[in-house]
Amino acid sequence: MTRDEFRQIAVNGVWKQNTSLVQILGLCPLLAVTTNLVNGAMLSLATILVMALSGIAIATLRNLIPHEIRIPVFILIVATLVTVVDLLFNANLHQLYLVLGIFIPLIVTNCIVLARVEAFANKNPPLQSMFDGIFMGVGMLWTLSLLGGLRELIGKGTLFSGIDMVIPGLSPLQIFPADYPGFLLAMLPPGAFIVLGCLIAWKNWIEARASARRKPLSPAPAIAGGSH
Amino acid sequence: MTPPVKPITAPRMAVRTAVILFLFVVIFTAMLSGAYLWTLPSIEAAAAEEKMKLVDEVLPRDRYDNKLLGDFATIEKAEGLGLDEPARIYRARKGGKLEALILEAVAPDGYAGKIRLLLALAADGQIIGVRAISHKETPGLGDYIEPKKDRDKEHPWIAQFNGLSPSAAEEKDWKVKKDGGRFDSVAGATVTPRAVIKAVRKATLFVDANREKILASQ
Repeated sequence: MTRDEFRQIAVNGVWKQNTSLVQILGLCPLLAVTTNLVNGAMLSLATILVMALSGIAIATLRNLIPHEIRIPVFILIVATLVTVVDLLFNANLHQLYLVLGIFIPLIVTNCIVLARVEAFANKNPPLQSMFDGIFMGVGMLWTLSLLGGLRELIGKGTLFSGIDMVIPGLSPLQIFPADYPGFLLAMLPPGAFIVLGCLIAWKNWIEARASARRKPLSPAPAIAGGSH
Repeated sequence: MTPPVKPITAPRMAVRTAVILFLFVVIFTAMLSGAYLWTLPSIEAAAAEEKMKLVDEVLPRDRYDNKLLGDFATIEKAEGLGLDEPARIYRARKGGKLEALILEAVAPDGYAGKIRLLLALAADGQIIGVRAISHKETPGLGDYIEPKKDRDKEHPWIAQFNGLSPSAAEEKDWKVKKDGGRFDSVAGATVTPRAVIKAVRKATLFVDANREKILASQ
């Protein structure tokens, strides 16, 4: 895999084809899980793992899967992978499992996995597919953490609530004063939509600005009806 | 002359596709079963640990020395405990002698549905401790039956049961103060404690009624 290929895959996953801001996939778990920063981050980490593994699995088997039945086979493979990951977590990382537990099966319902597998892993070698999965997950990680963090901050006035379950000993930060009344809308799904919309607008604005700078200045128009 | 190439017919294609799909299903299901069986011991051990942590909240470990989860009596008809499946009553022993009984009960009339309770009763019927292990009561209102959510950390609501002997007490005492009984409750959230109190009393009466069956060793 060339350095250029790697760069392209990375930039795609993290920015250009960001699953939440550009492809706008996986909204169902996104809305439910980004009630705070920690939850958003945790789901994304689990998704990174699943997407990397499913990328490898399907890229390796891509020549054996007949085109007509590719969707059921993808679903079979992804569902098996997720269940095996779930079981392994439960057995070996039990404490972390109790925190992440519900999120892991949720990942199968996430269209992102199926979409990426169909669009990329089905047509590319395993190594590239693994990185594609990882970087799509990383794109999700920063987006969902940002979204979760904003919602938590506006809605409850805290940050990192729930961190004590992941890293025992740490405690959440109270950013706004303790008597902050909270903004319920931010904590509910409509609030998630609104904040997500703002993030998408923000990303598009950055892109528009960047492309305007790159465009060369157009020559001044000739003065119409010039005198002679 | 080269022999003509036979184009693959639709039925053949269908059969081939079906066979491949079947193979995928078999292989991946086998992987799944393998993973399940391989992780089963660890998962069961972790679940047992979780259960023991719950038991620790109602009965301190130093009060018994047997393998609690392996020593239990099964009572088929457990409607008195609010259960529709047979009840398991765990027997805690110290030096072979019965110290306490651990059992689950269900209060069916919580504000938002069933409340699962864990009780520890001493050998003489006295309540050692009660905990609500699962419920859907309104957060901030009825969930003070959980000591973690109780605002009064010094004297949590659920600790009111400790040391009581319901069979010796009169039924009218076994109610919230609002109904003329002895139990505190938070204003505006009495449905939840009423349900719990009723279930605890029914559970202790159940144990009394089935004492012989419970103590019979297996």
